[in-house]
Amino acid sequence: MAAGLEFGALLDYAPVFAKGVAVTCELTVVGGGLGLALGIFCAWTRTQGPRVLRPFVSLYVELIRNTPFLIQLFFIFFGLPSIGVSMGEMEAAILAMVVNLGAYACEIIRAGIEATPRGQYEASASLAMGRFQTFRYVVLRPALQRIWPALTSQLVIVMFGSAVCSQIAVEDITFAANFVQSRNFRAFEAYIAATLLYLALAIALRQGMRLLALALFPRRRAAR
Amino acid sequence: MSPFTTWDIVRNLLLATQWTLLLSLVAFVGGGAVALAALLARTSRNRWARRGATLYIELFQGTPLLMQLFLFFFGLSLLGVNVPPWLAAALALILWTGAFLAEIWRGCVEAIPRGQWEASASLAQSYFEQMRHVILPQALRIAIPPTVGFSVQVVKATALTSIIGFVELSKASTMITNATFQPFVVYGFAALIYFALCWPLSKSSQLLERKLNVAHRHH
Repeated sequence: MAAGLEFGALLDYAPVFAKGVAVTCELTVVGGGLGLALGIFCAWTRTQGPRVLRPFVSLYVELIRNTPFLIQLFFIFFGLPSIGVSMGEMEAAILAMVVNLGAYACEIIRAGIEATPRGQYEASASLAMGRFQTFRYVVLRPALQRIWPALTSQLVIVMFGSAVCSQIAVEDITFAANFVQSRNFRAFEAYIAATLLYLALAIALRQGMRLLALALFPRRRAAR
Repeated sequence: MSPFTTWDIVRNLLLATQWTLLLSLVAFVGGGAVALAALLARTSRNRWARRGATLYIELFQGTPLLMQLFLFFFGLSLLGVNVPPWLAAALALILWTGAFLAEIWRGCVEAIPRGQWEASASLAQSYFEQMRHVILPQALRIAIPPTVGFSVQVVKATALTSIIGFVELSKASTMITNATFQPFVVYGFAALIYFALCWPLSKSSQLLERKLNVAHRHH
């Protein structure tokens, strides 16, 4: 088999792969950031937010968590235009990722919020903090710190999932591999290269999240 | 103008759902067998078996499933074997499922107290006897809820096999959309069918977790 492999043939296409890496990074960072924000909002709604909104958030979370990302993406990109909401492939991909991550992040963050000790609420009440202040300063940050590893794993899963976006012509790493193998017919090499790029991005993403955690949660708490 | 009625769409989607179900079942059963082997290797006393299993798990958990599908699809044909999509899909999904289940089950095995290992060792049981008679029966109990939960991921993962041309629910949706130009309806129904498959699994996983946990606390 080794005789048939020729990775040198890929070097000409380095710029294509570089563009792919940039697009995958963009999808992950923008989709991840907005998805996290949506997740925080949904988790707040489910735990402390207005009761009227809670059934809708539950429905959203259950619907997203029990259907494949591919179908969500196709529904947004192909289905929504037929009811008058159309968008470019990049917007559709990012929207799909935000909606998808939002549901998973909601459940993860909710677990973190529910693990807040009662004393924390009592302490913030004794400081005359309002509900939003309590959530913002007392509940959210330690909750995020608690579930940060789970959130990191979910983000890596979402990044891997973004490979599917190549199916609506988003020019990510997978798209680059498809393009290259359609030109030089070196399918196996192209996909090996793409796989290694994903592996490297996953490692970089984990490191990035670790550094972000150091910046976001600077003080080591004595009582852990 | 479309000769397809809504009922035709649903009927054809349901026909394709059979293949989603079959592939999920094959991936889950095959993946379970692979996972058991990987679990035994991962927890064995042989260092090389442990390393091999770790490498396998890291490799399949650390790369996108779509890439694994492509590599099986194109990689095997490089060996001169003409691989039909269903074979590449089944192989990739079995190995992907195996890697995740092995890691889930390892957590369950490690949750068994050390004393159980020591007690069974003091009865002169071999590694396999310990596993077979002492550890796995207890680990099985804690393993059920997360395993059922993971089956949801397997069903959803089968959607990716449409990309290498295996005709299941997702591929059928695309084909029907191309014939009817009704993507909103078709993908909407496809999503509902997936939901109908996955939601009961998700719910039962949650219920089992609660039930087994409660039972555990009363002991």
